[in-house]
Amino acid sequence: MESTVKIDHVRKTFKSDNESIKVLEDFNLAVKYGEFLTIIGPSGCGKSTLLKLIAGLDLDFEGEIMIADKSVNGPSKDRGFIFQEHRLFPWLNVEKNIAGNQSLKDPDIRSKVDHLISLVKLKGFEKAYPRQLSGGMSQRVAIARALLRNPKVLLLDEPFGALDAFTRNHLQEALLEIWEENRTTMILVTHDIDEAIFLSSKVVVMDAKPGRIKGIVPIDLPYPRTRISKAFQEYRTVILKYLDHQDNEIEDWII
Amino acid sequence: MSTQTIAQNNAISIKKKKSQVTKSYSIWRGLSLPVFVLILWQLLSSLDILSAQLFSSPLLIITRFIELVQSGEMAKHLQISLIRAFLGFAIGGFLGLLIGVIVGMNKRAEEYLNPSIQMLRTVPLLVITPLFIMWLGFGELSKVLLIALGAFFPLYLQTFLGIRNVDKKLYDVAQILEYSRMDQITKLMIPASLPNILLGIRLALSAAWMCLVVAELLGADRGVGFMIQDARSFMQTDTVFVGIIIFALAGKISDSFVRFLENRLLKWQDSFKA
Repeated sequence: MESTVKIDHVRKTFKSDNESIKVLEDFNLAVKYGEFLTIIGPSGCGKSTLLKLIAGLDLDFEGEIMIADKSVNGPSKDRGFIFQEHRLFPWLNVEKNIAGNQSLKDPDIRSKVDHLISLVKLKGFEKAYPRQLSGGMSQRVAIARALLRNPKVLLLDEPFGALDAFTRNHLQEALLEIWEENRTTMILVTHDIDEAIFLSSKVVVMDAKPGRIKGIVPIDLPYPRTRISKAFQEYRTVILKYLDHQDNEIEDWII
Repeated sequence: MSTQTIAQNNAISIKKKKSQVTKSYSIWRGLSLPVFVLILWQLLSSLDILSAQLFSSPLLIITRFIELVQSGEMAKHLQISLIRAFLGFAIGGFLGLLIGVIVGMNKRAEEYLNPSIQMLRTVPLLVITPLFIMWLGFGELSKVLLIALGAFFPLYLQTFLGIRNVDKKLYDVAQILEYSRMDQITKLMIPASLPNILLGIRLALSAAWMCLVVAELLGADRGVGFMIQDARSFMQTDTVFVGIIIFALAGKISDSFVRFLENRLLKWQDSFKA
């Protein structure tokens, strides 16, 4: 099994009353097992739409999306989804939110939930309700909830966008730790270049209207990465060039 | 132990004391109006300004109440009334909840059922009562069904409303986590619409008490409503008042019970509390 996610000639159009807008135009991408892939692009480039298609939340598209060689035909546990907002169930406390429809009385689930709570560093908050948690804590609960289902791939739709800079940095480090421990395939959508370089093994830069791949930048830096290093700065320049310039101007920058 | 923690502890204990004080104040504030009315009433009765025939006096009513309890009369009436109210509420409430969930979850069911239910809902229950009596007689069945009908609509309406207000974003989450249809109902739809459902239960309870009175006033040989009706024909004003007080208490107790449930079940809510 080479790739966890395979996106094959995917087209997506939004149809309103008398016009149709091409959101994704012939999109092809293969995500390797255990890879941390980030999709970056201007707003409206269809990156969040693409994530929804992979999740199976929107089935109205052309082409094919395969998860571990099986075609997507609806949402499923093998694709965890972290939204921009935490989307926890407000009537359940932390541990019950993570367990969801699985029973904490089952010793197997219990131990897995306990392990995840310590993995996302929320020990002592098991019984807290979402309204008592900060944004960063809530998002960590959401990540634990997704991980309990052992997803083949974790889809993250600007998960740290609504958080302050300090919490964001902290959560990025936490996510890397989780990735290093679990080796879950990650697909992250963001518009934060630093976040993309700090986290991912590969950055996909997208162009808007219609959404398509402009370039793929593998990040060959050892973890943990420092945002102030020279190499980091160089990657930042490369991605910025991709985002800012027309196709013909950036050819020199492709590495 | 730093001064800071001591200061904090002090602050907490002050806060606690304050909230206890406000709580007992609020009870007294609630009681002040009824107590004032009672004293005035007793005073006016004792001074013979109010007609004893029409208004009794608080003391006479209390005496009568004790008599009725001691003779076992009260227990007899109260028992049958409570059974009727409970059965009617249970049947109507359960059906309201069930059909509310079905119609809330299913667009097709909504199209088939909702217009008819909404139409029936606007018909005053008192208008339907004669039909019930004609079809089913004065027996228990017609009474229980009338109460059930009264309890059905508020719970149906609120459940339906609650389910339609469930956040689509949480529904997406439930789909991604592969909740079965049953899990979607019991672990998403019902908890999320619990604020509405509990409001529905409160409204359904008061509707059930109302229908109980209607049913018992129209024709019964036992029950608190009958006791009132019977006392009226003998001009026993005190007994009528006792009956009214019983209904007021029953209403208040059932309402407090639902409030208690609300406090327990909705403690996750982060809403404004003045």
